[in-house]
Amino acid sequence: MNGAGKNEPDGTPTHDPGKAPTNDPSSASRRRRHVAFVALALGATVLPLAVLAMLLGGVTLDGLGRIGWDFLTSYPSRRAARAGILPGLVGSISLISLTAALAVPIGVGAAVYLEEYGKRTRIARIIELNIANLAGVPSVIYGLLGLGVFVRTLGMGRSLLAGACTLALLVLPIVIVASREALKNVPDSTREACLALGSTRWQAIRQVVLPMAFPEILTGVILAVSRAIGETAPLVVIGALAYVTFLPDGVLAPFTTLPIQIFDWVSRPQQSFAVNAAAGIVVLMGTLLALNGVAIGLRARLQRRKA
Amino acid sequence: MTAATASATSEPSASLGTGAVGDPSGAVEPAVGDEDPRPLTGRAAPWHERVIEIGLFACAGVSVLTTIGIVAVLLGETLQFFGEVSILDFLTDTQWTPLFSDKHFGIWPLLSGTLVTSGVAIAVALPFGLLAAIYLSEIASPRVRSLVKPSLELLAGVPTVVYGYFALVTLTPLLQHVVPGLSGFNALSPGIVMGVMIMPLISSLSEDAIHAVPQSLREASYGLGASKLATIFRVVLPTARSGIAASVTLAASRAIGETMIVAIAAGQQPRLGIDPRQPFETMTAYIVKVSLGDIATGTTEFRTIFAVGSALFVMTLSMNLLAMRLARSFRGAL
Repeated sequence: MNGAGKNEPDGTPTHDPGKAPTNDPSSASRRRRHVAFVALALGATVLPLAVLAMLLGGVTLDGLGRIGWDFLTSYPSRRAARAGILPGLVGSISLISLTAALAVPIGVGAAVYLEEYGKRTRIARIIELNIANLAGVPSVIYGLLGLGVFVRTLGMGRSLLAGACTLALLVLPIVIVASREALKNVPDSTREACLALGSTRWQAIRQVVLPMAFPEILTGVILAVSRAIGETAPLVVIGALAYVTFLPDGVLAPFTTLPIQIFDWVSRPQQSFAVNAAAGIVVLMGTLLALNGVAIGLRARLQRRKA
Repeated sequence: MTAATASATSEPSASLGTGAVGDPSGAVEPAVGDEDPRPLTGRAAPWHERVIEIGLFACAGVSVLTTIGIVAVLLGETLQFFGEVSILDFLTDTQWTPLFSDKHFGIWPLLSGTLVTSGVAIAVALPFGLLAAIYLSEIASPRVRSLVKPSLELLAGVPTVVYGYFALVTLTPLLQHVVPGLSGFNALSPGIVMGVMIMPLISSLSEDAIHAVPQSLREASYGLGASKLATIFRVVLPTARSGIAASVTLAASRAIGETMIVAIAAGQQPRLGIDPRQPFETMTAYIVKVSLGDIATGTTEFRTIFAVGSALFVMTLSMNLLAMRLARSFRGAL
């Protein structure tokens, strides 16, 4: 690519006439090369998708037979055939609900501030740059942040609440960026109409702008939630447990989640636990597919309305 | 450069609100644009809106606090760590054995694990991602593009623990038939899987860059008799090169910070080397290993994860900043 890079666009014409005699009469070879490249590019685009489809198909075959009512409602066990994912499921659902309850109001609030109030002020630009940088911080670093701030300094311990706070900070950039995009798509004429009718700025935002942006904000929230559901590393770092035989009885209780349970099973050498991991993955992927289906459906409906 | 346009567009609603109310009353008071619409409804006291605005500002401030928190936690613990272990040892020792009785604190083996796995990932993701970007932008019909692009993004949405399972349980046994001397834990298999995961990052951002190349350049190239392929490789890609470089830098940063795939499938052996068939321990996998173990917090052994985390943070942050700069120079060049 670097070699090509030295050939500035204006270098091309001096090159081509020299080649033209060999190229021109055999436009068939030119076409053949074109077709070959299209096939290569198409192959490179489709192959990773095909590989993923095959992997997911394989894990479904491996795990589907293991899934049943018992698997969903049992506690982990030293014997693979009796182990279940109940604590992981309950932990994941409680953790994600708490995370969303924290991240959605803060994220949407931040987006409203940046888009409606502080637009293009210097402080807004600093915050924007900061959010862009946070989005690139590895999730395991958020785990260290959670360990230092929520678990130790704020004394939450290795609890659901500490996990939810950590994950909320992790997905906050996703919620903010998506909500800002949604607010941007509300035409300014709408805001002006509200103000002309005598509403205050906040009334216009609360009663007209936010309701109009709501479906798109919801799509962003679903994306953030699906990211949070699959997160494992930061929760391991803040000290979520791998082997839990009880259900959390409050926000300060220790917990495990479905991905951590899968991680625990994958890490064991016995083949029977790998089957459990496969079954856990089927449940996790099923949940994610359902969520993404809802998000895609919402987006499609939105686009139809715009068109 | 954008200051003039910024001030002109920053508060269109407020200035228009002033105009709308100002006209009937006959007097325009520019200083009170915010409160002006109030007389028409007679509701909503200004102080309560001011409180809401402060609340919203506080929400936006959470992101700044997050950054401060990350830097404070990493810096505080890392400084304490370097009070106990020489920073020179950390940067020059070639052994990493903080949990053994003969302790060495050289970051190089972990760095080598991170670089080898990420190198494999980029070697996979770069050709596939770039070809996909060219296909989507220059070849595919808009219909195909609108179908394939979101599908590719699914690759990035699969939880990493699932990818880890694929690397360890599915891919490694397959590769062992093909690659001689491949150990059960290795850098190759998680590297390839990581490549699949970060490929949509390259394809999506590179496609944006390629798409942004002005059509007039392509037409000029065609007008001079160049074929489509020549136009793509001699005109379009060179023009989009800093945008493409930005996407690759971001993808590499993502690979360096990726944790679960390598923690599951790359093994837990710190090793200074470049042979991807061997087991490695990455910086991220080490942090996970210590977190899972029962090392008491507050010991030097435990503080290693903050020192390693700091190194990881500095690496990914500088790569992200570089990517932003590349993307900005690309937009500036167009």
